[in-house]
Amino acid sequence: MKNNDALFKRMRESQLFWPLVALALILLLDLIFAPGFFKIGILDGHLYGNLIDVVNNAAPLMLVAIGMTLVIATGGVDLSVGAVIAISAALGAVLINPALGNVLIENKILAANTTNTPLPIVVLVNIVAGTLCGLWNGMLVSRGRISPMVATLILMVAGRGIAQLITNGQIMTVYYQPYWWFGNGFILGLPVSIYIVAIIFIMAWLLVRKTAIGMFIESVGINSKATYYSGISEKNIKLFVYTFCGFCSAWAGLILGSYIHGVDANNIGLLYELDAILAVVIGGTLMSGGRFSLLASVIGALLIWTFTITMYTFGVPANALLAGRAVLVLIVIILYSDYTRRVINKLSDQKGIKHGVSN
Amino acid sequence: MAESNNKDMIVLEGISKSFPGVQALDDVAFTLKRGEIHCLMGGNGAGKSTLIKIITGVERQDTGTVLFDGQEVSIKSPQQAQMIGISPVYQEVNLCTNLSVAENILIGREPRKFGAIAWKAMNNRASQQLQRLNINIDVTEPLGVYSTAIQQMVAIARALEVAETKVLILDEPTSSLDVHETEKLFEVMRKLRDEGIAIIFITHFLDQVYEVSDRMTILRNGKLVGTYDTESLPMIDLVAKMIGRSLSDFSNMTQIKRASKKNIKEDTLLQAEQLGRSKSIQPFDLELHAGEVVGLAGLLGSGRTEIANLLFGVDKPDNGTLRFKGEAIKKFSPNESIARGIGFCPEDRKAEGLVGELTVRENIILAIQANQGWFKFLSKQKQYELAERYIKLLDIKTSTADQMVKNLSGGNQQKVILARWLAINPQVLILDEPTRGVDIGAKTEIQRLVLELAEEGKSCVFISSELEEVLRTSHRIVVLRDREKINEFGSGEADEQKIMEAIAAGDS
Repeated sequence: MKNNDALFKRMRESQLFWPLVALALILLLDLIFAPGFFKIGILDGHLYGNLIDVVNNAAPLMLVAIGMTLVIATGGVDLSVGAVIAISAALGAVLINPALGNVLIENKILAANTTNTPLPIVVLVNIVAGTLCGLWNGMLVSRGRISPMVATLILMVAGRGIAQLITNGQIMTVYYQPYWWFGNGFILGLPVSIYIVAIIFIMAWLLVRKTAIGMFIESVGINSKATYYSGISEKNIKLFVYTFCGFCSAWAGLILGSYIHGVDANNIGLLYELDAILAVVIGGTLMSGGRFSLLASVIGALLIWTFTITMYTFGVPANALLAGRAVLVLIVIILYSDYTRRVINKLSDQKGIKHGVSN
Repeated sequence: MAESNNKDMIVLEGISKSFPGVQALDDVAFTLKRGEIHCLMGGNGAGKSTLIKIITGVERQDTGTVLFDGQEVSIKSPQQAQMIGISPVYQEVNLCTNLSVAENILIGREPRKFGAIAWKAMNNRASQQLQRLNINIDVTEPLGVYSTAIQQMVAIARALEVAETKVLILDEPTSSLDVHETEKLFEVMRKLRDEGIAIIFITHFLDQVYEVSDRMTILRNGKLVGTYDTESLPMIDLVAKMIGRSLSDFSNMTQIKRASKKNIKEDTLLQAEQLGRSKSIQPFDLELHAGEVVGLAGLLGSGRTEIANLLFGVDKPDNGTLRFKGEAIKKFSPNESIARGIGFCPEDRKAEGLVGELTVRENIILAIQANQGWFKFLSKQKQYELAERYIKLLDIKTSTADQMVKNLSGGNQQKVILARWLAINPQVLILDEPTRGVDIGAKTEIQRLVLELAEEGKSCVFISSELEEVLRTSHRIVVLRDREKINEFGSGEADEQKIMEAIAAGDS
């Protein structure tokens, strides 16, 4: 019995505990009110169903949340992720556009299943552009010593303008089918996007946990001056996290652009910065920086999308969804407040004492 | 002395309190009488702060009872503690310097007239309260224009104002006061005592304990050592009881020093030639030989820390050169210095040294890992090896190497930072106030460590506000005043008198 209590306490102290509990609660809700939510069928040799939708839809957010976690762990924030998504997706679409440089634009040409640039180069440019955006943010924050919120606000505002310039203000549609694969394709029955998330997640995890970078990031977030005095370049750590966040956002841009077969510079990745921050907060990483968990943030992103799809399943209209999310945010904030934690800890400690007595 | 009212104000019995991994208090009893000044003594981590937190309702005890004025009470919050008459005044004064003195004293309880603040009544009341403490100042001035000592008094006045105060708790009130101001504070304390208020006084200065207190309670490692009448306990016994070991340990110090003097080598490790930085420190010369401890003496703000920052590369000089083993240093940064084998314990432990929410292990390996770079991560096994080695070597009191460093007591936190620098196996160690806020036991250990390092052929720059400590550990002493090096004493020729005179001497 005592062992069980200790295990429960350890679990409760883990950063993964609360996000998992919340996720389980929503899934329980689905189980009771919409059992169809869990139905997974096979269509055209791949899996389909609500759960697959959740994963596929959440993939871009999970990617952004990974980058955002590292930024927030240093005590910063990146408001420009949505704009970076727009820039990188816009570049991808423009490079594919078969009418690039053509004076004569005909529907026949535009709607053709061809590309102006080889796909690998499209992907490369897409990713490099996003990473450069991140580097820009990193330079402003680490070298320019501008506060993260202001520094990334610049790109948040300017980014969509840049994306508009790239697409010449047009909503672009891509008919080149291989490009659709990233957001709609399947490997071994599972969406391609989930493999991208897995690869980037493992990459990020190895980078922060198998090198000293993770410890340095946490150290910067907790006490950046003491970190500098210990011989760590806190500037380079900051430069790294913003750049990496740009890199993650670029992949999100690729998936999103591919998923919707094109780009609308004004709307793609809209409000992703807020969802990503929410995912990180749900994951239990403090906004003030310090200890972080990549997995917890990814679960946070998953939670947001499970909630969203659940709302759709229940028939909540799309325009009322934001109100629903507000409720989610409220619950999260209440659950995570010091007061609630104290009450819960106290309750379970008392339970622990009772067990001790009865033994 | 106070008229002995002998009525018990607060009686604590069998108080225990544990935090994750630490037994902060273990079956402690404490009695505070009306009209006495009672000192709470003990080293860092002895449990003084926890005891105060229980009395003031910040923390709840795990077991034990609290009697207040003869009745059992359960104090649930600081507000409740204040309501029944327990008022604490903390080390860091929590006042608003841009508000007026009167506002500070009566904030939250302003006298009102038709809903608006009655300024006249408020100022009168604040003045009265201060006059009770023998302070006559203009209460309409912003608090910031007055000295720290006055601010301290205002904090006390505010504590007295909150409710009918029966118990006043003063936590290290004298640490930022000079001798004269301290004397004034003591007068006030005696006056309040004679009015029947019970005062708990916490201080690191032993002579002040004897000057002002009636009784004292000594704690060590969360356990009660005993309660004594101040008159009947000689200081030497007090020290022995606080650190729990005999005093002969301290006398070894001089022997170590004598031995290490022979060890000083000819080769220079660090050499500053007219090194300076405008608005920070006037150009100075300084040589640091292998096996040597150089002390920097001077008052706070005399340029000691500025020299340390230049030598470690936190600040860049704009004049002169700094040589390491004869080679002029071009790039100044902590990172470069560490690569050369220079370590630096900064003055402000919390702001510049500790990474509070990292573990003891991570704090210890931080500098060595910084030197290794981002990608050559020390294996977990190696990390634990290093951490365990220094926890043992420096006798760091922590439950495990994975304890968060912010949960450690001040002295142990300081040792963790020392461990961080010892781990890089430094050739030069710059220590800026390494013993501040550290109890006598740990202080002696740190001093001895410095001398041992010198014996191994390493060299140290030792900075401290306590002259006696600088004299004891250093082979050579550089005296600073007003951001300028004014004198240097070789071994043997310096004594407290000479240095004091040098510091105090006016410009000539």
